[in-house]
Amino acid sequence: MTTPSRSPAAPAHPPGLTAENVGKRFGAVQALRGVDLNFPPGQVTALMGENGAGKSTLLRILTGDHRPSEGRVLLDGEVLDLNSPIDARHAGIRIIPQEPEIIPHVSVAENVYAGALPRRAGRRLDRAELRRRITADLDRLGFAKVLDPDLLGSELTAAQRQLVEILRALTGDTPARVIAFDEPTSSLSEHEVEALFALIERLRSQGIAVVYVSHRMKEIFRLADRIAVLRDGTLAGVADAAETDENDLVRLMVGRDLADLFVRQNVATERVVLQVDGLGTDDVHDVSLTVHAGEVVALAGLIGAGRSELALALAGDAPVRTGTVALSGRRLRLGSPRRAIRAGIGLAPEERKAQALFLHRTIRDNTSLVSLERLRRRRFVRLRAEKDLAQRYADRLRVRAPSIETEVRTLSGGNQQKVVLARWLARRPDLLILDEPTRGVDIGAKAEIYQIIADLARDGVAVLVISSELPEVLGLADRVVVMQNGRVTGELSRSEASEEAVLALAMADDLTTDSRTDHHASTGAQKP
Amino acid sequence: MTTSTAPTTAPQRPARARALLGSVGGQNLSLIGALAAVVVLFGSLDPNFLGWDNIQVIAEAATIAGLLAVVQTVVIICGGLDISVGSQAGLASVVSAMVFTAAGSSAPAGIGSALAVGTAVGLFNGVVIIYGRVNPTIATLAGLAAYKGVAQLVSDGRAQGYVLGDPIFLFLSRGKIAGLPTMIWILILVAAAVHVLLTYTDIGRNIYAIGGNDTAARLAGINLNKYLISAYALSGAVAALAGVLLTARTGSGQPVSGSEGLELQSITAAALGGCALKGGKGGIGGTLLAVALLGALQNGLTVQGINSFWQNVAQGTLLVAAVVIQQRRNRERAVGLPA
Repeated sequence: MTTPSRSPAAPAHPPGLTAENVGKRFGAVQALRGVDLNFPPGQVTALMGENGAGKSTLLRILTGDHRPSEGRVLLDGEVLDLNSPIDARHAGIRIIPQEPEIIPHVSVAENVYAGALPRRAGRRLDRAELRRRITADLDRLGFAKVLDPDLLGSELTAAQRQLVEILRALTGDTPARVIAFDEPTSSLSEHEVEALFALIERLRSQGIAVVYVSHRMKEIFRLADRIAVLRDGTLAGVADAAETDENDLVRLMVGRDLADLFVRQNVATERVVLQVDGLGTDDVHDVSLTVHAGEVVALAGLIGAGRSELALALAGDAPVRTGTVALSGRRLRLGSPRRAIRAGIGLAPEERKAQALFLHRTIRDNTSLVSLERLRRRRFVRLRAEKDLAQRYADRLRVRAPSIETEVRTLSGGNQQKVVLARWLARRPDLLILDEPTRGVDIGAKAEIYQIIADLARDGVAVLVISSELPEVLGLADRVVVMQNGRVTGELSRSEASEEAVLALAMADDLTTDSRTDHHASTGAQKP
Repeated sequence: MTTSTAPTTAPQRPARARALLGSVGGQNLSLIGALAAVVVLFGSLDPNFLGWDNIQVIAEAATIAGLLAVVQTVVIICGGLDISVGSQAGLASVVSAMVFTAAGSSAPAGIGSALAVGTAVGLFNGVVIIYGRVNPTIATLAGLAAYKGVAQLVSDGRAQGYVLGDPIFLFLSRGKIAGLPTMIWILILVAAAVHVLLTYTDIGRNIYAIGGNDTAARLAGINLNKYLISAYALSGAVAALAGVLLTARTGSGQPVSGSEGLELQSITAAALGGCALKGGKGGIGGTLLAVALLGALQNGLTVQGINSFWQNVAQGTLLVAAVVIQQRRNRERAVGLPA
């Protein structure tokens, strides 16, 4: 296991992309060890694992971004010497990154061929050739109807940005042999996901080896032929998708059953905490909803339905145009986050790194920030009290870190999210809004976050959760409020809520409300 | 709701030693190393370099730049930059001397009006940046030119007044308290006050938060505008104090000489001292060490009779080197303009 095995017998290597005894060490940390894994052509191989299990390290080695410390990478039996992503690209290995790199001020066509634009004499852009090429490629790949090549990079939706990356991968001087998708659906709505899946099916039928990294079980069972699970830097197992189920995979990843993830309780009271009447901002219209003490209300809908905008408005970060918001019967004058916090509203926003965390500050600093008013004496922060507070919540939420003086940037996504939650728990708001609290969080930490939400509700906090994962919405919520296009399209009690019912309301404006997303995977364990 | 507060690690002696080392910080250790190297180099070339008299000369010469470096640190931690500090000091110097003369040799009137003007100019910078939505570098670059121009206009481009007949100005420039020159005491007091503000108050926490992530700071309920405008006003006030000291040292109000180039020195000191130019990181300790390093270097080069033009070269080089080292540590990818 420690030395690369260069077996002289040279067994017949399988076709496709192969990792052979691949390991990677960063300083003292062994991020990956002894991974033997084959990605055959014409198959979708899913790569799963908790954060930190080594998925992205393996992906980076396969796509030339890291060099392996041990072992080697082969394509169709030939050893590859990848020194950079450009080498990998030439070999036919392409990656669709999680966050597409888009140049904002130039057209789709120029974005697709950036770096290899057709030119005329004198280095002038050959616009006629560019148009001919993009039209041909869009037709060939079947994107002609969904992507206008004249749109600017800054005008693209999340799905279109991803399409640009896919076009980059499928065009170019060498044909694509391997395409890796790194959590491609995390910012796509349900019907955009459908289009992506159709595309992946086509890539598979063209004999391309598809690597699909995702946390989402349902997608994986829908798409994958084989599923490889990484755990603590080693390959925990490879299974045929047809011969395994979610529970097996979760057990492989964390050693625990899926059904145990959600906490079921009945602690909602009749006391109204949040009362929103006819709220209108620039992005949401005529929204009315209530949340009771001890109740968990999920805000469901597609990406762009206005849920995060509603959350920001309630947190005082968007100007209110119409309507009223009352907290525990007191009408609020919103308009600044400061006032909302003082009134008793907390928001753990969607983008925790960009909107919530101070990455270069300690866990202690990040935890105490909104509680400083209570920790200070004549403007001096009482350090002892601050440390006690941070330590108490770090212990209670089981933040995994050497100490509360650790900088937040070094923590995993799940632990970072716990620090954000610790900040609000320490403040003890009456209403806590959690926007995608488990995005980018591994399954183990997800379960812990669900437990924290249940504990909050038991303490009488009113919780409003925004989530794009339907199993999470159904597993967590006492009540589901569904939005579309900035408006509330319906409300479902726990007994009424099902994936079909939520989706129907989420797409109420679209005339075709078929629920085709959901016939493949068995998610019985997550349904109430 | 209190759960057990048992700490995860018991405090131990080695841990305390490490904590002490940690509080000094790697950046500061390398600064102390560089300072020691400079001292050893010039000390071996000229034994007088290490004499008490020369050390006082270094300290006095570094005081004015030191004051500006201290407030520059605050502005940079907020994520801003103030290139106009030198011009503000020049304007305050002229105002202090001219009001002093006009008010019939009244030092309080001269000093008070200089501080008032400095604070007002700093506030104006802040308002232009926040409400005019002008990038801080551009806004204070404009201020650098404009305030220098105003100082030259009101002074007719010449040194103004003569203040050293006045006991207060004399005390500022030549006086001593407990054996240390008054000017150095002023730097110590201002630096200590700012250090306490940054480290031990909620105001300081909020300042670091704003520079570290302004969106997160806003959503955490911090009033960004209030803090940023106050930081620039503080910068103006302390720049004016530096201007008053300049007047006291030279005996008259100086529109340009003595204050030109102070913005570069203050920014260099802050960057060398470990302030991230993106904001959110840095501290007074590092900045003061860097001020001492720059002062010793400047004095050593002068004592050795090296052309003063070289000092500009040295300073420019140090600023770029400091930032390059900082960015290397950030491991930013070298593609396009730096973030």
